[in-house]
Amino acid sequence: MKYMLILASNPADEPAPDSAEFGPYMNEWGVYSEALNDAGAMVTGEALHGTEAATTVQVRDGQRIVTDGPFIESKEVIGGFYVIDVANLDEALEWAAKIPNATFGTVEVRPVMEFDG
Amino acid sequence: MNDEQQVADVFRTEWPRLVATLLRDVGDLGIAEDATQDAFVEAATRWPTDGSPDVPAAWLLTTARRKAIDRLRRIARYDERLPLLTLDRGEEDQDRLRGHADGGEPFDDQLALLLGCCHPALAPDAQVALTLRAVAGLSTAQIARAFLVSESTMTRRITRSKNKIRTARIPFDPPDIATLHQRIPAVCGVIYSIFTEGHSSATETSLVRGDLCDEAIWLGELLARLTPDDAEVAGLLALMLLIDARRSARLHDGAPVLLADQDRSKWNQATVARGLAELARAHSFRHGGMFQFQAAIAALHVTAESFEATDWASIVRLYDVMLRRQPNALIALNRAIAVREVDGPEAALRALDAIPLSDDLDGDLDGYVYFHSARAEALADLGRNDESRTAYRRALALSASTPEQAHLRRRLEALT
Repeated sequence: MKYMLILASNPADEPAPDSAEFGPYMNEWGVYSEALNDAGAMVTGEALHGTEAATTVQVRDGQRIVTDGPFIESKEVIGGFYVIDVANLDEALEWAAKIPNATFGTVEVRPVMEFDG
Repeated sequence: MNDEQQVADVFRTEWPRLVATLLRDVGDLGIAEDATQDAFVEAATRWPTDGSPDVPAAWLLTTARRKAIDRLRRIARYDERLPLLTLDRGEEDQDRLRGHADGGEPFDDQLALLLGCCHPALAPDAQVALTLRAVAGLSTAQIARAFLVSESTMTRRITRSKNKIRTARIPFDPPDIATLHQRIPAVCGVIYSIFTEGHSSATETSLVRGDLCDEAIWLGELLARLTPDDAEVAGLLALMLLIDARRSARLHDGAPVLLADQDRSKWNQATVARGLAELARAHSFRHGGMFQFQAAIAALHVTAESFEATDWASIVRLYDVMLRRQPNALIALNRAIAVREVDGPEAALRALDAIPLSDDLDGDLDGYVYFHSARAEALADLGRNDESRTAYRRALALSASTPEQAHLRRRLEALT
């Protein structure tokens, strides 16, 4: 069963790129992704640029409305995601709890909808 | 024993066992419950006329499986599970039923059911409702009545949580030891919240809704059988029994009776004995948590010959130990109330006013009835009647229970 782990955190809480913590922190992500791969649980995962690079699109009455910014303004922003394939929610929660920024951010675990053929 | 009574007795023990077994077979909580329900309906109509079967548990299991197959056939999407559900499991069932007769059955399925219903991914009120429905076998209407919500609200709550179990695939697997230890506190929490809901409803005219207390104690006993090595489970069961022993003395003409004024001859000594035995079992593990401490305090109350003869000094010490383990404003409040009996109202008031009101753990003690009623009593003892009146009025304004309000009003009026 596939789950999307949606990673939200306040960018201000992340170690700054010029700080001493940054290297070890990035290393944790590498170790985590590798663990997912080794367990055969990884489907895909990406890190996203910040919301300053976000653009939202809506189509209303045939008109395209393009706006600068994310769809919800908040301190916590979606910084990336994983899609994993595991047996059940407990396993998904195990993986979610190991995500490096789960200690200061929030991970939302959502089952991926499956359509019968 | 007549056959109708037998159906009722068998219901208690067999309901969770059947739901758990069928759940493992079909992997769907709704089907498992409905098929179990169907089997009991059939038992209730057939046993009184045909006579009860030799082995009721076996009859019920076979009937419930047949009902599950009927239900699955009506739902095309479960077709692939049908072959899994053979009526006669031969040796496997024999093992289960023999185990039952010896009292040494494999409990894993029932534990899986209980842990699944109390899964942290479900909302707390849904955990409570599911546990009462799937494990204790209460109907949705009964649960709705107990929690003072409409049946449609309760149906929605249960349906929503069953949908989440299905779509998010919340597992109902027999737990390994590590998972068990991790999840037992949540199960204890759900059971205790059912007990406290029954014991001290803040919203109903009747302060004691004993049915919920009975259900909670029954669940506690089930959990204690399923996890005989867990000190906190024993502590929880002891606590509930020792509080429940005082049930019939807690109300007089619909009004709450304070511990000090309760007729101790009304306390149920059989329940006291069960509670003390369970507490001794909890102590025997030489470790334990907050439930065991609270049970120890409840035991000191329930074994005291009178309010005055209560070992208040030991109670204060137990609260001190609890506070060291877990700083908590409610425990501090209870400690302050006990301090009054050891060191007098002035010390109690000092202790009350030393509790940080905006304790992170408990939110707002200032919005809590008993904080203000405790202050009011201490102030009245000290002759500070104006301040006492203010505190009583504050408590009155916060109280949501009619008998409690009546009690507070009497106290307020007694102040000259």
